[in-house]
Order: sequence, then C-alpha cells, then structure tokens
Amino acid sequence: MAVPSYYTRGETIAYYALRVFVALVLLFLISPILAVMPLSFNSESFFTYPMPGYSLKWYEDFFFNPRWTGSVKMSFFVAFATTILATTLGTLAALGLSRSNFPLKSTMMAILISPMIVPVIISAVGMFKFYAQLDLAGTRIGIILAHTALATPFVVITVTATLASFDKTLMRAGASCGAPPHTVFFKVVMPLILPGMISGALFAFVTSFDEVVVVLFLASPEDRTLPLQMFSGIREMISPTITAAATVLVLISTALLITVEMLRRRSERLRGVQV
Amino acid sequence: MATAQAVPADGVMRAADGTPLKTALARAERRERLKALGLVLPLFAFIVLSFVVPILVMLYNSVYDPDVAENMPQTVQALQAWDGRELPPEEVFAAFVADLQEAQKNKQAALIGKRLNYEISGIRSKVTTTARKVGALAEGPYREAVIAIDKVWGDIDTWATIKRSSSDWTPFYILSMLDLRQGPDGSIEHMPADRSIYKDILVRTLGISLLVTAMTLVLGYPVAYMLATSPQKTASILMIFVLLPFWTSLLVRTTAWMILMQDGGVFTQMLNFSGITFLMNMLGVIDGEPQLFKTRFATVVAMTHIQLPFTLLPIYSVMKTISPNYMRAAKSLGGTPFYSFLRVYMPQTLPGVAAGCLLTFILCLGYYITPALVGGPTDQMISGFIERAINSENNWGKASALGVILLTATLILYYVYNKLVGIDRMKLG
Repeated sequence: MAVPSYYTRGETIAYYALRVFVALVLLFLISPILAVMPLSFNSESFFTYPMPGYSLKWYEDFFFNPRWTGSVKMSFFVAFATTILATTLGTLAALGLSRSNFPLKSTMMAILISPMIVPVIISAVGMFKFYAQLDLAGTRIGIILAHTALATPFVVITVTATLASFDKTLMRAGASCGAPPHTVFFKVVMPLILPGMISGALFAFVTSFDEVVVVLFLASPEDRTLPLQMFSGIREMISPTITAAATVLVLISTALLITVEMLRRRSERLRGVQV
Repeated sequence: MATAQAVPADGVMRAADGTPLKTALARAERRERLKALGLVLPLFAFIVLSFVVPILVMLYNSVYDPDVAENMPQTVQALQAWDGRELPPEEVFAAFVADLQEAQKNKQAALIGKRLNYEISGIRSKVTTTARKVGALAEGPYREAVIAIDKVWGDIDTWATIKRSSSDWTPFYILSMLDLRQGPDGSIEHMPADRSIYKDILVRTLGISLLVTAMTLVLGYPVAYMLATSPQKTASILMIFVLLPFWTSLLVRTTAWMILMQDGGVFTQMLNFSGITFLMNMLGVIDGEPQLFKTRFATVVAMTHIQLPFTLLPIYSVMKTISPNYMRAAKSLGGTPFYSFLRVYMPQTLPGVAAGCLLTFILCLGYYITPALVGGPTDQMISGFIERAINSENNWGKASALGVILLTATLILYYVYNKLVGIDRMKLG
C-alpha cells in the first residue's frame, strides 16, 4: 500500500488522510456491534469495562427462560411463514414485471415497492385498526399477513434484478422442445434465478425476524416475537439478557450476510461477470 | 407454398393459418401481456388489500369524525335552525338535556367531552359534570337550569363550536397539524401560541432527517470512493464492515447505542480516556462528565450509524462504473488532482449521491424506534407522536392527521426518487 512515486506531496497527504478517515468511519460502523458482544459475558448486570468477571448466566436465561424461548419460537414461526408467502408472491410478480410491457406497469411496480418506503408506523397503525375489524389483530395470521406485505418488496427487487440478466430465449427454447409452461419454469427458469430467489427469501426472512413496530400493535401480549420481547425489556430496564439476545441476533445476521454474498458471487461467476 | 414466398400476391404477409401476420402478432403480444399481468395480479391484490386499503381507511379518520353527530343527535337537529347570533332557544337546551341524559346512560358523555375538549380546552370535565347533573332535571325550562350548572353553556361560542362539529366531516385535525383552527364563526385563525406544537414537530423531524442525511453523506462518500477504487480483495474485506451493520437488525443496533451511551457507559469512558472530556471541560462546553443518553446528540449518532450503508451503497455502485481513465485524462491535461476530482470525478457520482441521500432522507422521516429509545422527550419525531396519539391518548383523528402529513411528505419524495433514480434500479446489499 505504498504511495506511487509520482505523487505530489499534496496527493500523498490526501492519500493518507483518506485512509485514516475511512478507517475511523469503518470503526464507527462496526464498533457498537462488537462492543456489546463481550458485555453479554459479564458476571455483573452493568454495562461498563473492565468487567469484574465472566459468566454465561445471561445466555442461560436466554436459552432456557420460557419467556425468551417462547418469543424465539414465535419469531421463527412467523418469519418462516412470511418467507414462504413473500417469496412465492414476489417471484411470480417479478416474473410478470420482467416479461413484457402492460398498461400501468410502472405504477403497479411503485405500489408493490411502497411498503418498503411508507413509514412503518403508518403501516402498523393502519393494519392494526383494519385487522381488528376482521378479528385478525392479536393473531399470528394477522402478523404473518402484515409481515408478508412488508417483505415482498425485497423479493420483487432482488428477483427482478436477477431476471434482468436472464436470457429469455431459454424459455422459448424450452417451450419449442415441447415443455409446458410450468415445466419450463421449474426445469429452466428456476435453477437459473434461484440465487436471486434465495437472496430475496433471506431478505424477507430478516425483515420479518427483525420487525418490531408492526408486532408492537398486532401481537397479543402473551404471544410476543423476539424483537418485541427485547423492545419491551429495553423500555423498562435493560437486562443483560438483552445483550445475549443481541449477540445471538448478530451471529444470525452474519450467517445470512455470508450466504447472500456467496450466492451473489456465484451468480456473477455463472453469468461471466468479472468479480 | 404461398406462406413461404417473401411477399404474397395480395401484398399481405400471412401466418400458417391464413390470418394476416400483423393480426397474429398483435394477438400473441396481447396474450403475452395478459399472462404477465396475471402473474403480477396476485401480489398486487394482496398488497392493495392488506396494506393500501388499511392505510387509506386509517387516513380517512383525519377528516371523518361522527362522535358529536352520533352522540348528540337531537341537539344537532335542533341547532340547525339556530342562526348563531344569540343564545340558542329553549328547544335546543331541551334537546341537549335529552341527549346528555341518554349519553350518561350509555356512558358516552366522556367521549363527547373528549371530542369537544380538542376545540375548547377545559370543557371535558364540564361536560361530564353537566351530564351527571342533568339527570335530576325532570322538566323545563332547561335553559336557565343548564346555564346554572355551568356558565360555559351560556356562551354563544360553545354552541357555535358544537354546531360546527356536528357534521360527520371535520377539517379540525388537519388544520391543527398546521397550527391553525376554525374560530367559532368558521374563519381560519392561528392556534394560540401555547397550543401550537405541531410546527415544532415538523421542523424537528425535517431537521433531524436533514442532519442525519448530511452526516451519512460526509462519512459515506470517502468510504464509497475507497471501496470503489481499491483492489478487489481489499474492497471485499472492507465491504464486510459496511454490510454487517446493514444486515444487523435496527433494534440490535439501537440497543447497542443505548448501552454504550448510558451515563458513565462505554462511550463516556472512551471520551474520558481520550481526553475529550477534559478538553470540553476546559472549553466550558460541558461541566463534569458528558450526559449523552436521551439527547439529540445520541439520536443523531445512532441514526447516522443505521443509515450510513443506505447512503453509501448507491454511491459505491455508481462509482464502480466510473472508468479511472477520466481522472488520468484530466491529470494529463494539466488538472491538479484536487481540481480534476472536483470537475471530472465528482459530477459523475452525483446520481449515486442523489439516490443515496434521497433514500436515507425518506427513511429518516419515518424513524420511530431509535428516537424513542436513545432520544429524550424533545427528540421525538412525527412517528413517535403518532404512536402516542394512539396508545396514550386514544385520539385517532390526531394520529391520522399526523399520518397524512408524514405520508404526503414521504410519497412526494418517493415520486421524486422514482423519477430520478427509478425503483426498478434500486439495489440491495
């Protein structure tokens, strides 16, 4: 990382200044997440360094206390259901959107993406009132429907992006070989757009798994998701178990991030894009 | 053989079955379009039913308010003939007493009081007291008896306000969001200073969003530049620092800041350790240890941290497409490095800057969780007031009107974003 020899003094200063500045910003980005993790092993229930001793008791609370385990189960249930619904609906829509031009296509696209843009408090309040009239407030079905609405834009965007580089003549080739449309989809299209679909599904999963404002309005008090359990815990008094929960959530996000990055690189390699 | 010829005798190209080729093509295209539409429709219907309609129904509450009309039907009826110049006649008071007796029986008196209290402060308890006392009034004349219970019923303005609120439709909530109100005579006037709080909330929400957007740009632009110009291996390692926070839940990141910003917490320890606390005490900025938790500073820092990847990534993806040859050309033509950067490189990054900043600004407007957890009472944004209007005040009209303002601002910016960047080119991660 030496400075090229033809650099002027000003350029050399700018070169190092940029590197120092970027290092500080990256530190700012990563340090809050890293700083909290060790605190989850603290033997005392306060949040300063140096820690007086180490203990796994907060993890014990997180993994064995039914209040926490129940919320984790609830979160996984809702997130899986949301992922399946959102991926199916979103992929179908993306296939239609990339297929041909039809009237009001851009308006429809704008409406399909809008749940990502509309402030979540407005979505939450509107759904709360409307679902209450349909007796869906306080039920898991209500939360799943709401989360699916919030998660589909991510699927639509990722799958549409994958389809943009998809060679449509392959579908015609399949059809001209005599395959019915669904066979063409499952045997030709899906294997090629699968990385995009999986990325979209993971985005949908995370959207539901991390969502807290909608569940704040729609969840019943005894059926909480993990973020809601954390949120209500934080508002009263931070228990160190929350740092344990946060650490587990960071590990889950890291795993998802690595999966999505690997998929992206794989699909770029398949398409011959220079990585 | 006819179909195989380049141009048939009559000059019309035909498909195998004899239909003109143009018609056959149009038909095939229409079928294709319908198929595409059919694929989009399930999701479209789902979004409209589960998302768009609920929001529209909710926003309807900002102008639709039948509380007075439903609970005081006889009074509303009797007031129709009243010209508003002097106190209403005996019939109105008789109807009013009948309505209040009914309301008291159905336990709706508090609701009437609550609704009227939005416009005449302090009337809530007077309504409930009057409703309790009119039970004893068996027969007229009611006018003097009601005024004897509370002087407020002897005021023409009270009745003018009731008459005006008697419609199912009211501009009241939307007007009050602009710190305006209707006077008793129906004219629009400014809210008294002690009740005009909404302008503050709007200005604060826009101010925090603008500040956070500017901060993310200042911090994000150099990082994006470095990521785009570094060798692939270095860049992908640096990228992890950006993507890991991006994938970590907002709640976890807010919690992290909450813990770090506690009084005497890790952040304060860092400031003490690095001598910044000492320096700031010397300069007289603070006295003693810095108090960070529940401040505007903490809110802006946490929001900047959360939004930074949203601003950075679009700038990065535009920078990736800029060929280094432009800078080489500028320098070989004699431009100083700084001048070349300013006049050649930076203008090309502007589409990315616009995309990233707009997205961050739009998302900032709707922040609720972060200000609620790390901010103090004076750092709450519109979303926080919507939540409070519903959960603490049970005032759907107010919540909906705030929602109308927030949603309008968001949708205008979304429209600009769509025109400028195009939602179909939005990238994730």
